[in-house]
Amino acid sequence: MALLSVTNLGISFGGLRAVDGFNLTIEEGELYGLIGPNGAGKTTVFNMLTGIYKPTDGKIHLAGKDITGGHTAEINKAGIARTFQNIRLFGDQSVKDNVKIGLHNTFEYGTFTGVFRLPKYFSTEKEMDKKALEILAVFGLDEEADVLASNLPYGKQRQLEIARALATNPKLLLLDEPAAGMNPNETADLMNTIALIRKEFGVTILLIEHDMKLVSGICEKLTVLNFGRVLAAGETSAVLNDPEVIKAYLGE
Amino acid sequence: MGFLTYLINGLSLGSVYAIIALGYTMVYGIAKMLNFAHGDVIMVGAYLVFMCMSNTGSPAIVSIVISIVCCTALGMIIEKIAYKPLRRATNLAVLITAIGVSYFLQNMALLIFGSNPVSFTSVIKWQGIALAGGQLKITGNAIITIITCLIIMFALMWFVKNTKPGQAMRAVSEDKDAAVLMGINVNATISLTFAIGSGLAAIAGALLCSSYPSLTPYTGSMPGIKAFTAAVFGGIGSIPGALIGGLLLGIIEILAKAYISSQLADAIVFAVLIIVLLVKPTGILGKQIKEKV
Amino acid sequence: MKNLNKSTQKLITTILTIFVLYIVMQVMEQTGNLSSLMSGLLVPVCAYSLVAVGLNLCVGYLGELSLGHAGFMCVGAFTSAFFSKTFQGTIPDVPRFILALVIGTLAAALFGFLIAIPVLRLSGDYLAIVTLAFGEIIKNVINVLYIGMDGNGIHFSMKDMMSLGLEPGGTMLINGPQGITGTPRQSTFTIAVLLLILSLIITHNFVNSRTGRAVKAIRDNQIAAETVGLPITKYKLVAFTISAAIAGVGGVLYAHNINSLTATTNNFGYNMSIMILVYVVLGGIGNFSGSVVAAVVLTLLPELLRGLSNYRMLIYSIVLIALMLFNWAPGILKFREEHGLTGAAIIGKFKKNKEVQ
Repeated sequence: MALLSVTNLGISFGGLRAVDGFNLTIEEGELYGLIGPNGAGKTTVFNMLTGIYKPTDGKIHLAGKDITGGHTAEINKAGIARTFQNIRLFGDQSVKDNVKIGLHNTFEYGTFTGVFRLPKYFSTEKEMDKKALEILAVFGLDEEADVLASNLPYGKQRQLEIARALATNPKLLLLDEPAAGMNPNETADLMNTIALIRKEFGVTILLIEHDMKLVSGICEKLTVLNFGRVLAAGETSAVLNDPEVIKAYLGE
Repeated sequence: MGFLTYLINGLSLGSVYAIIALGYTMVYGIAKMLNFAHGDVIMVGAYLVFMCMSNTGSPAIVSIVISIVCCTALGMIIEKIAYKPLRRATNLAVLITAIGVSYFLQNMALLIFGSNPVSFTSVIKWQGIALAGGQLKITGNAIITIITCLIIMFALMWFVKNTKPGQAMRAVSEDKDAAVLMGINVNATISLTFAIGSGLAAIAGALLCSSYPSLTPYTGSMPGIKAFTAAVFGGIGSIPGALIGGLLLGIIEILAKAYISSQLADAIVFAVLIIVLLVKPTGILGKQIKEKV
Repeated sequence: MKNLNKSTQKLITTILTIFVLYIVMQVMEQTGNLSSLMSGLLVPVCAYSLVAVGLNLCVGYLGELSLGHAGFMCVGAFTSAFFSKTFQGTIPDVPRFILALVIGTLAAALFGFLIAIPVLRLSGDYLAIVTLAFGEIIKNVINVLYIGMDGNGIHFSMKDMMSLGLEPGGTMLINGPQGITGTPRQSTFTIAVLLLILSLIITHNFVNSRTGRAVKAIRDNQIAAETVGLPITKYKLVAFTISAAIAGVGGVLYAHNINSLTATTNNFGYNMSIMILVYVVLGGIGNFSGSVVAAVVLTLLPELLRGLSNYRMLIYSIVLIALMLFNWAPGILKFREEHGLTGAAIIGKFKKNKEVQ
């Protein structure tokens, strides 16, 4: 059974049909790319997958479970985590706390326990710290654990956002333009990081990206979106050589 | 007939709220700040009219004009000294400064006029009309207040739509940074907004105290809060919204006083506000702005 | 860990400072060096500080502006005073006051919770105005409550005293605009200080706990918080309820320190809410110790200026505006930075001087 299966997904904003008849199947362990020109509706698809927008029609199944139109937090619990095109960190909190917030649903103790510092508070916090530092170490961010997230350099903020998403222990990780604003060196680092997290966390990844080098370098399969509709889908090399796709990107 | 009388009184009070609400709504629309001192400018305006009329014996209209001029200047000075330096600071900082200005105006008035209420002579001498064989009396105060409110409202809507400074105001309220790029003088526009709002506050002060003649340094604060409520009610930032919000609030308040309980009238007004905002979170005519993800 | 230690250190410093001030005040009072005016302010200052700490939780950590916290203070004050007065003579003093404290706090928490359910659907200035409206409604409704007690039990009316039909010898518990008179004056300075310290510990622990992190995450970026699986509404409710409860504690203290408890614009209306907000902003948004400092200084300031009679409130307002400009105006901040006048720079200089000596 596919990990994610999206059938006939569509959404309208007023009279505007932003995404229409969108289909997508991702198998467990795949690294899947969603590409397309600006304004094609890629981020809108992410927003529907994560429950930020409620689709007008269509169905989304995650590991067989219908999550269509579910609440964002519930969808995360079901197993989808994401990053954002415009980075959304918890800027006024430390790098470590950002990851600990991602661990919120894995390690639990109640408000009362926290306020009155019962023994469980100390033991759980200790475990959370340990786990958070482990995750940060994968990204080489453990040195900066106590830095305020907003004080990190841009590239590291992107990495922290991925770390935070992984902390929620997702089955499927959505990355929205992870290489945006990065220089070629940083992009190369990012490609290594993505390879590393697949290995370390065994997570399936769906990413939106404009950087063709990154896409052709790491994605196994692609779906191309144009004007809210699927233009092509399949193996990366086949899709990138599709004349329709070339036309959409380069024009006639 | 009782109901009609109440309705007209409500419209009259609501008109005053609407004029005050305009000051809130325009300043909020353009500077994105809650100008808590606005209610106190009303009080200053009323005292100025009172002084002109009782000390120098000026006719009402001259007194009001003097008061408008002084309040306009006052509004611009307040903006210049207290708010302009905080233009790029957090909203809360500006809010607290506005509260400071409000305290300042109240205590200044307290020093000059004392805390005893002065008895305000109505600026409107006309007794009004009696309809239905004398059963329905409409006071001159009510008629003039409602008419003034409507004139101001339509004049302002015309001004904002058709004049250059008016268009600049709309541009600044939509997007300050883009307005700068278009060559609009944002500082001058904000200053103008404060000037108009404060000038209107002077008129509102004279009209308010003509109907409710007891004037103290705290006279402006409750109507100020209620007018602000009215502005939110109608959809803050919207001129017709201020009119609708003000009138509705005035009518609800007077009817609640007449038919339910005079002590609970304010509570009822606020309860209606809460219900409206829960049903329509940006007020009756407000626009919904969604965060882009 | 460093971060956490820093905030814990600060908490300990604050508590020690409060404790030292408490001892100083006690000694001055015992030796007759404290004016009656000042000694009368001790408990109210603690009460205002408590409400400011509660409001700071809402403004600084939940990130929502409430202009209705005087309303929660009011609920705490009236429910606890009502309880104390009703059971005066039936329950011994100490357990009665403890019960009154619990009841006042829980009542404020309950109101906070009930109000938060609709209010937290809004945000920003709309939320602020709705909390202001709720605060005004609470004050207004209390002013039309008439509750009396006689041999037949408790009588209730929202019209006037007469309609209660009390037997001769019955007592008025709440008498409309006259409020509650004759509440036992049990809020001592010691209790007030203890409660204040307790609230500082609770808020500190809260914001540094799992729930507190979630609340801060929601404040920093609600959409991101949702995508990492945080139940937004739940945590907003929790934070707002605790915030209201702490304000309620302030109300209990306030009520048990005066003979005649009434709900007016100045003590429980928006004027009070605004005054508390001033403490929060001047003390530093999110800085609980700062709220206490600001509450203490700004309550005492007008009293210290009393010699200036009528000018004192005028000066107070000017000081307030000047402080805001000094601390927040970008232009002035830049000037201060260029001339080494920032808080950190001044403290730095001070430390250097000390080292040289």
